[in-house]
Amino acid sequence: MTPDDLKRRDFLKASSGLLGASVLPVSLVELAGATPAESFTFAYISDSHIQHVKGAQFVRNWDRGLMRAVAECNLMNPRPDFVMFGGDLAQLALPQELDHGAQLLSGLKGPVRMVMGEHDYYADDGAYWSKLFGPQWYSFDHKGVHFVVLNSILTDKAWYDRWPDGKARMAEMAGLDNPNGSPFQVGAEQRAWLKKDLANVSKDTPIVVFSHSPLQKIFKNWNFWTDDAELVQDILKPFKKVNVLYGHVHQIQYNQIGNISFNSVMATAWPWPYPQSYAQAPSLLPKLTVPINRADPFFERDATGWQYIDVASGRVAAHYLLPENPVRTVAFDAKKNQPVDLQYQDEKSRTLPQNHY
Amino acid sequence: MTHKTLALGAAVVAVLALPALGDTFGPADVQKWTAEQDAVVKQGRALWTDGKLGTNGVACAQCHPNAANTHPETYPKFQKQLGKVSQLWEMVNWCIRNPLEGQSLAADDPKMTAILSYVTYERRGVKLEPGKH
Repeated sequence: MTPDDLKRRDFLKASSGLLGASVLPVSLVELAGATPAESFTFAYISDSHIQHVKGAQFVRNWDRGLMRAVAECNLMNPRPDFVMFGGDLAQLALPQELDHGAQLLSGLKGPVRMVMGEHDYYADDGAYWSKLFGPQWYSFDHKGVHFVVLNSILTDKAWYDRWPDGKARMAEMAGLDNPNGSPFQVGAEQRAWLKKDLANVSKDTPIVVFSHSPLQKIFKNWNFWTDDAELVQDILKPFKKVNVLYGHVHQIQYNQIGNISFNSVMATAWPWPYPQSYAQAPSLLPKLTVPINRADPFFERDATGWQYIDVASGRVAAHYLLPENPVRTVAFDAKKNQPVDLQYQDEKSRTLPQNHY
Repeated sequence: MTHKTLALGAAVVAVLALPALGDTFGPADVQKWTAEQDAVVKQGRALWTDGKLGTNGVACAQCHPNAANTHPETYPKFQKQLGKVSQLWEMVNWCIRNPLEGQSLAADDPKMTAILSYVTYERRGVKLEPGKH
């Protein structure tokens, strides 16, 4: 399977008066030859950071990002099998933020599954989030693929005990560049659970893992990082086809480590700079990654978006829907054994705004 | 004559006794000035991470951790959205008015000075490239 094998078909209804034809149409890339049983699509929305101002007022900009993603997602035709939400629904894990976010998500057609983000968690160790959405880690099977959801934003007890209460922990963890923050980890309890969960899964079964933070180490200063990433990767190593999808970074990233393909997903709220644009610390951004265009600050949705994910023969193709930008597709290339951007991977085909500095 | 010479001599002695001439300064001076600068950078960092700079609780650092992606070394430059060569403080005010839903600061407002001091500090060591896109 190479990108050339991909064929296109109309995917979203372009008839919406709500959003207008400039946003749509979008095309679905589907792997030719895959049987219907192996090939399916799900949608992925992440990092909405619903932020309470006062009373019934929430930050308008972030609300709009999530509302737009929900509206566009509902226009998908054929329908995605389910919708994932990749974490950081709220900004400070306040009940009113999680409630408001859940209300906006309730507009989605079809089943929605949730991933825990640090902005949903630290005020009360995820208690209110769990009350709304259920367990913080779990697995499920869908059309021959084994899906695993991890809570990757836990941290060590020493840091936890440093602060008097959840409010203080949330305030420290909410600042991406706050030196008082702490590296994320999946932790021993979930790693043991993951081993057990995968024990009865055939090594040929494709695995898709959802985490909020990258299960790879990219940039510690901003927690584009999971401390026990290698230990989790070790558990995933025996499987032939493994895909990790993560949020948190608010930008397009992708990578290949051994048998594991990594794709990030976009935020609906705001984009983050690539780590190389902070001049004072070295970054480990995967060489494979071709960055998204630099955002135009005068257009508040620029460099934000959502995505739909095709799974065919157990490999992931991520389609990034970016308002007023071309759709970016990063798909697994079997010959190169890594994800590639279908349009921009070659250095000669990149755009000027893809140079981040 | 004698009186005049004495007076001149006294004046020379008086000048030499001053701690420094106009264009000289010592390590103590540098230390003091650096401390002033550091304090303003620190104020700038505090403003950058404070949700109270605007009206909706959004902080500059939410989109610009460590003031990244602000490119102070490229200003003044032609800002396509404003249609003119612009200064960085104009862009800071754009962000205060829009994502932060607040009021513009005067160019010489001590808060603006603190913000620009912080932004530039985080970009220290990067060569100047005015007009770069």
